[in-house]
Amino acid sequence: MSKRKMPALIDLIEAGRPVEHHAPWRRAMVAPKTWNLAVEQLAEGRWSMLGLWGEPEIVHMALLDAADIGVISLKCPGGRYPSVGQLHPPALRLERTAADLFGLSPQGLPDTRRWLDHGQWGISYPLAAGASAARSQAPTTASAYRFLPAEGDGLHQIPVGPVHAGIIEPGHFRFTASGETVVRLEERLGYVHKGIEGLMAGSPVERAARLAGRTSGDSTVAYSLAFARAVEAALGVEAPPRAVWLRALMAELERLANHLGDIGAICNDAAFALMHAHCGVLRERVLRAGDAAFGHRLMRDRIVPGGVASDLGEAGMAAVLSAITEIRQRFPYLVELYDNTASLQDRTVATGRLKPELARQYAAGGYVGRASGRDFDARRSPGYPPYDELAFDVPVLQEGDVNARVWIRIREVEQSLSLVEQILERLPDGPISVGIPEPPREGMALDGMALVEGFRGDILAWLRIGAGGLVERCHLRDPSWFQWPLLEAAIEGNIVADFPLCNKSFNCSYSGHDL
Amino acid sequence: MALILELAVQGAQMMLVLLLAPLLTGFVRKVKARLQRRRGPSLIQPYRDLLRLMRKEVVLADTASWLFRVIPYLIFAATWVAAALIPTFATGLTFSWTADLIAIVALLGSARFFLALAGMDVGTSFGGIGASREVMIASLAEPAMLLIVFSLALVAGATQLSTVAAVMGSPELGLRVSLGMSLIALVMVALAENARIPVDNPSTHLELTMVHEAMVLEYSGRHLAMIEFAAFLKLLLYVSLISCVFIPWGLVTARSGPGAYALGVAVYIGKLAVAGILLAVFETAIAKMRVFRVPDFLGAALMLALLGTLLLFVSRSL
Repeated sequence: MSKRKMPALIDLIEAGRPVEHHAPWRRAMVAPKTWNLAVEQLAEGRWSMLGLWGEPEIVHMALLDAADIGVISLKCPGGRYPSVGQLHPPALRLERTAADLFGLSPQGLPDTRRWLDHGQWGISYPLAAGASAARSQAPTTASAYRFLPAEGDGLHQIPVGPVHAGIIEPGHFRFTASGETVVRLEERLGYVHKGIEGLMAGSPVERAARLAGRTSGDSTVAYSLAFARAVEAALGVEAPPRAVWLRALMAELERLANHLGDIGAICNDAAFALMHAHCGVLRERVLRAGDAAFGHRLMRDRIVPGGVASDLGEAGMAAVLSAITEIRQRFPYLVELYDNTASLQDRTVATGRLKPELARQYAAGGYVGRASGRDFDARRSPGYPPYDELAFDVPVLQEGDVNARVWIRIREVEQSLSLVEQILERLPDGPISVGIPEPPREGMALDGMALVEGFRGDILAWLRIGAGGLVERCHLRDPSWFQWPLLEAAIEGNIVADFPLCNKSFNCSYSGHDL
Repeated sequence: MALILELAVQGAQMMLVLLLAPLLTGFVRKVKARLQRRRGPSLIQPYRDLLRLMRKEVVLADTASWLFRVIPYLIFAATWVAAALIPTFATGLTFSWTADLIAIVALLGSARFFLALAGMDVGTSFGGIGASREVMIASLAEPAMLLIVFSLALVAGATQLSTVAAVMGSPELGLRVSLGMSLIALVMVALAENARIPVDNPSTHLELTMVHEAMVLEYSGRHLAMIEFAAFLKLLLYVSLISCVFIPWGLVTARSGPGAYALGVAVYIGKLAVAGILLAVFETAIAKMRVFRVPDFLGAALMLALLGTLLLFVSRSL
């Protein structure tokens, strides 16, 4: 095996049967042998997995080989396919989800428990081909979830959630602790499953775009952008330059608002409310600037396939500029405050350390990956306009602790400030949207795909537009899919009381994950 | 007639702590909010909260025993008595002979013991976590407190607070290193005992980091009101104790007339306000420490108190 030349992703795709109309990257139907070869590459850490999703009787996997992206698809006769998760753990939850939604059963998957399906839906396999048949069946019953065992003297379990004391989203955490030290943490998610992929199937592009923008509220711009870019890739249209630049402006404002909020919230979890208050003020400035510039604080539904929905006027530009100027003045003091408060540093340094190997294996995006040495940013590679014309750095640290994740955010705030300034300076004139072309001919399907850097990390959107311009299937993969499992790893050996701090430094999305 | 008057003054002192305790907590919250550039809730919000809780229905866990229902009243009573014993505006009141430092420590200790019991009574994991953390803190805070008491007793020749205050206020005492150490130790113990930052965070919603709040998580309605009130009283108690022992100026002696009493009360409220501002500033400037750092923190308090006592012994025997 080792003597053979290592296959490149491109070889694998060419070994399969390429699918027509799949843009911008290639997709191929492959044989089980090729599929297994890809799994091997993943397990040996040469490639990264960007996503794994199902369709009735088909399973797709998006792969990243250096800077090359490709999708391989495998027919699943009888719903069976060779499991990826048995050799490459990051696929575990994705495979369990595909099993819940499509009834696809991965052969050899060690963990066959349900994931998103808690037995409360009243139907099983809601997205499978014979869904109408399954619907009439007796509702599935909720059975007790078997948490992974941890045995030993003096171990005790602490169940936390799904309803928490604060106003946050629901998720269950099962701690096994020895005194205060966490021996194992197991998450159980899926409480906010909204069936977005099911709702999108068969809906017009406009409605699907609105649904995409509601996948995870704090990343609404990034999701809309990912969806719009996927639609444009499928239909072969290009948004006009002004729209492209306005999109980047919104995305950076969203990143600014969320990072500022996070920096404050992490400090607040160490009971340092002063940072929280000051960062909250700055975050509010960004949100108000977004409202003044685009008519919505979170800029929801402002990015649409074909362009943007609202243009930036003189007043809006001034509002954004004044917010940026204010943050530029005040943010350095907050960074200094963070860096010079010894009691705060004592909490964040060396807490919740995530090993770089794990970050690489799970292809962790965003600050989680970058704080643990994974140098990846979808804005830079594969890259999308207008970032190729803008100057920015991607900060990377090796420590992987809470402190490193805070510093990545701090550096990214600085980069985003500079990006916003560059965008405002060079914003081109022109129309802000183009029309969506005629729907494809009967019987023809167009696939589109996009990878967009949200504040948490890379968001993958994959969709197929079929007859009448309706979305046949759309899959949105939140960065949290590859971050939630790492939180379990990062907390191990820490103390129970430090979990909120670690959790906040990851700040994974429940809604985007549960979809 | 004189006796009735004296009893009335003593009663006024007991009511005074009850009335002022929520105000002190409200004031600290207000100052903290202003320091964070927030407007903050009104000063009388703690009173409103207590009233609201008193009116609310009590929700009891199925597994709660009678102990769980009785304990809030026990805690409130013990803390109130302890708080009322401390000379706030006047020394030498009718019941001042009961104001013994060791009695106060014992009262607070039993209140804590019952609270830890209540935390474990329902059998939830958070109650257990809170109780175990609280007892860990107490096992270091109580010895430190007792050592502080010994230092004071060595200086004043008594553990009775009126006497201690009189000795501490007298000009011939002078500056003493050991007393400085005791003061620092007492402040540290007070922070830990009142579940303040950096030991605990009184305003957190994170159930996994709580100490005091985790124990009372299962309480509701009037039971919770009692426990909250006891917490307000405890804060007032420690502020009163520190000001009575270490800054006894402005304390009037008993039977000195209504004008002097009024002045004493005014000075006392002034001291509370200064302490409240200092507490708020301190809490704003510092983050909470890791749970396992708390023993280091309290260990330092214990060492300071011990050093203070030793220094006194050494200086006496020479």
